[in-house]
Amino acid sequence: MKEAYTWAAIGLIVVASTTGDILLSHAMKKVGDVGELWKRHGLLKVIGRVLATPTFFLGLVAMGVAFYSLLFGLSWGDLSLVVPASASLTFVANAFAARLFLHERVGRRRMLAALLVAGGVALMAL
Amino acid sequence: MTFRKYLVLAGVAVFSAAGDSLLARGMKDLGGVSLHNLSSLILAILDPWVACGILLLLAFFASYMAALSWADLTYVLPASSLGYVLVALAARFGFHESISPARWMGIALITAGVGFVAVGPSLTPSRKLATDVISQQEAQS
Repeated sequence: MKEAYTWAAIGLIVVASTTGDILLSHAMKKVGDVGELWKRHGLLKVIGRVLATPTFFLGLVAMGVAFYSLLFGLSWGDLSLVVPASASLTFVANAFAARLFLHERVGRRRMLAALLVAGGVALMAL
Repeated sequence: MTFRKYLVLAGVAVFSAAGDSLLARGMKDLGGVSLHNLSSLILAILDPWVACGILLLLAFFASYMAALSWADLTYVLPASSLGYVLVALAARFGFHESISPARWMGIALITAGVGFVAVGPSLTPSRKLATDVISQQEAQS
């Protein structure tokens, strides 16, 4: 049962954090370069623009789900399994999702990088 | 890419690694949370380790949002994984813990992956999203 809870939590973390990353990345591209905005209009304007972006809040909700799934998973499984397994699967899921939904140019170089990082994160757990 | 942008990416890596470590330390105090006592997850934020972890994760979130405003998701994410390498190196050289060959291999793979992405462009905007942003900026000016 303990193992089932742990892997259910890992699955939930991957789905929720990928959804959150895609939504937040979409929101921040709409907001524009925050460094430039801050220089030109001040911090309040930056915060105002971020808060006026609906996908930002949807992304926050998804990240909240991912965060509580992480706490749930950590209470059942080992840190050395839950964090690397969910992180490495999220890297691969994000590479596909970024190409599909954000239309980023995820060429051979970035796909290979995602796999290398995912493999590396998994190895760190050993 | 300016020096300040690299600093923001470093913040993403450091804050996420430190935040995750503190959260994990706090959750061990609480023990197993089952589906029958989910309310204890909400009370978990009262634990000092969890609270400090959340503060660091907020700092991570701010730098992550800043990075995503000028770089691709598939560029920022590998950078954030450098945090794992930092934790391992701190354990090795700060606390003199030994690192297994598999972990050294993991460090090498992550570093190679980050290097692969870092030499490429940081932003490859989709045509649709880019034109959206440009038309939005034109409308504002």
